[in-house]
Amino acid sequence: MKKDIILAGVGGQGILTIATIIGYAAVESGLYLKQAEVHGMSQRGGDVQSHLRISDKEIFSDLIPLGCADMILSVEPMESLRYIPYLSEKGWLITNTEPYLNIPNYPELEKVKEEINSIKNNIAFNANNIAKELGNSRALNIVMLGAASFSLGISYEKLEEGIRFVFGRKGETVVESNLKALKTGKEIAEKQTL
Amino acid sequence: MKKLLLLGDEAIAQGALDAGISGFYGYPGTPSTEIGEYVQKNSEAIERDVHRIWASNEKTAMEAALGMSYAGKRSIVTMKHVGLNVAADPFVNSALTGANGGLIVAVADDPSMHSSQNEQDSRFFAKFAMIPTFEPSNQQEAYDMQSHAFELSEKYKLPILLRITTRLSHSRAGVVRKKVLKENELELPKDPNQFMLLPAFSRKKYKHHLSIQKDLEKESEVSIFNKYFDTEDKSLGIIACGLSYNYLMENFEDGKCPFPVLKICQYPIPRKQVAKIMSECDKILVLEEGMPVVEEMLRGFLNIEEKVIGRLDGTLPRDGELNPAIIRKSLGLEELKSLPIPDVVAGRPPALCKGCPHINTYLALNRSLEKYGKGHVFSDIGCYTLGFLPPFNAINTCVDMGASFTMAMGASDAGLFPAVGVIGDGTFGHSGLTGLLDSVVQKSNVVLIILDNDITAMTGMQDSTVTNRIEDICKGIGVAEEHIRVITPLPNKEDENVKILEEEILYTGVSVVISRRPCIHIVGKKK
Repeated sequence: MKKDIILAGVGGQGILTIATIIGYAAVESGLYLKQAEVHGMSQRGGDVQSHLRISDKEIFSDLIPLGCADMILSVEPMESLRYIPYLSEKGWLITNTEPYLNIPNYPELEKVKEEINSIKNNIAFNANNIAKELGNSRALNIVMLGAASFSLGISYEKLEEGIRFVFGRKGETVVESNLKALKTGKEIAEKQTL
Repeated sequence: MKKLLLLGDEAIAQGALDAGISGFYGYPGTPSTEIGEYVQKNSEAIERDVHRIWASNEKTAMEAALGMSYAGKRSIVTMKHVGLNVAADPFVNSALTGANGGLIVAVADDPSMHSSQNEQDSRFFAKFAMIPTFEPSNQQEAYDMQSHAFELSEKYKLPILLRITTRLSHSRAGVVRKKVLKENELELPKDPNQFMLLPAFSRKKYKHHLSIQKDLEKESEVSIFNKYFDTEDKSLGIIACGLSYNYLMENFEDGKCPFPVLKICQYPIPRKQVAKIMSECDKILVLEEGMPVVEEMLRGFLNIEEKVIGRLDGTLPRDGELNPAIIRKSLGLEELKSLPIPDVVAGRPPALCKGCPHINTYLALNRSLEKYGKGHVFSDIGCYTLGFLPPFNAINTCVDMGASFTMAMGASDAGLFPAVGVIGDGTFGHSGLTGLLDSVVQKSNVVLIILDNDITAMTGMQDSTVTNRIEDICKGIGVAEEHIRVITPLPNKEDENVKILEEEILYTGVSVVISRRPCIHIVGKKK
């Protein structure tokens, strides 16, 4: 088993939280893991990405080679496209469709969506709206994690444990609301991939 | 044993703690910051009361660590690559004083300049000072090397450089902890003159330092971190330094490279193994993250060793960090298929955060300078460097920590008016004070703006050494009290702030304007 995942988004959108949850779940499952993050200047509203590699064998490179990613998981639509060179032919592009507008030259959203749809294996939906409906607008990253959960090579229960691990000290209400976000994301992905 | 999921930086910190350090010293700087943060948050470090407060700058940190070493205890000092420039004086001289308690200088280089103004290679500094270097290829090695490096440090009474690069600093993997060693007892150097660099002593010490270089090479030859993997096919031999070893192996199923590989993670480079691979293989590909340090040594000035290939002959790019694809190409393997980035994707550079106090400082500053035209503002290193970008276009320079005040001073000497320096509170504490003293002594005609957001923000909210002390420092240095002005960078204060800035621009002499509002990321959080 080997899964190479690019996590993408804008600094401050919570992709490192997704990475921490998957990382925790992978290690608890006895798997090897390497996860390269971006710290520093880019975290100030710039594009950020994380290379997450999970395997049952030793992993060498901290970076995923071009054309080898099994998945791009993005919390922002344009950012999902920035890492297309990493995606393998059979890879999944799973992304939020709500744009994060902090640049003056953001492209037309329809064109972005067209590009997303040109990738055969894609799951795209508005996670901001879902998170808002669930009453926890910050949990859009967890909704997206839920949407990716079918193809991470890690059991859903371990991801739930990861959420308890990350949000545990913020209290049971926060944990529950994130677990709900995870589940909702999973269900939406299941509907889209039917 | 249960694995800890650690960043490379964190693995260094855990390794140093388990190797019995009594002190961490350092100045935050991407990609080295998480070493210090880990020590500061670690419950065992807190219980042991390991020293763990950020220093004013890398030089003071390095000297304090050397002081702890003098007293017989183990210490680690951390910084980013450009920080080693600041600490160069004590670092280079520490090669002659040597260490008493084990001393590791952990420096994180940033090839490709993800968060830095250059991509210098710290191995050059170590070679220059003739100090042994460890360069881990993965997180477990980053952990394991600490106890080995401390042992070597105490065996040869020398500080050790630990060099890492961005990808390892900021990449997580499972790490297994080993035995936790007890801290050293307080013990002064056996030779009371060990740390006495008067010329008469220094000459002897330098001869001694030169004489042990052969022994250090031998240490590298038997090091468990330098490995020789021999194969039948000698058409190519590969020397892979540090992290590049992983990128190499990534290109072969289960890491089975068909050519002999010499993995180098401890320097000086192991002479015996290098001689073997050089004599046995037809061509030698040198892979190293950063600058071609080893490659240059092997080629020689006259480029006699033409069989050595790497960054210098164009087999690999001369600059920037390596990755599996670049190394794949250098091996002549078929490129992996990949799609291009769609044209629709726009760049998204970092920007000042919404509600950031620097925004309002720059809006006011721009207005106050409007009538003088562009080119008057000398800035520094921090979040506020982003004020260069549109829509602010508020600053004209960014060179090194502290260069704002001093460059403004020099430009003013040349006749530039107004000459404005802009520095953050963290950077002011790091290396702004001496520049301010110069401008006061020389009666420069400058306006120096201190952006006081109560924190070292860019590197992730570390305490600033000058918090609550800035006015006193400026007064103490000799800035006239009536020209130390404090403004609050808020939209509804903009007119007032412009007026104050205009007044100080017109004052002939040193003015300090403190623009004070906490970073929005710490509002309501800081005790």
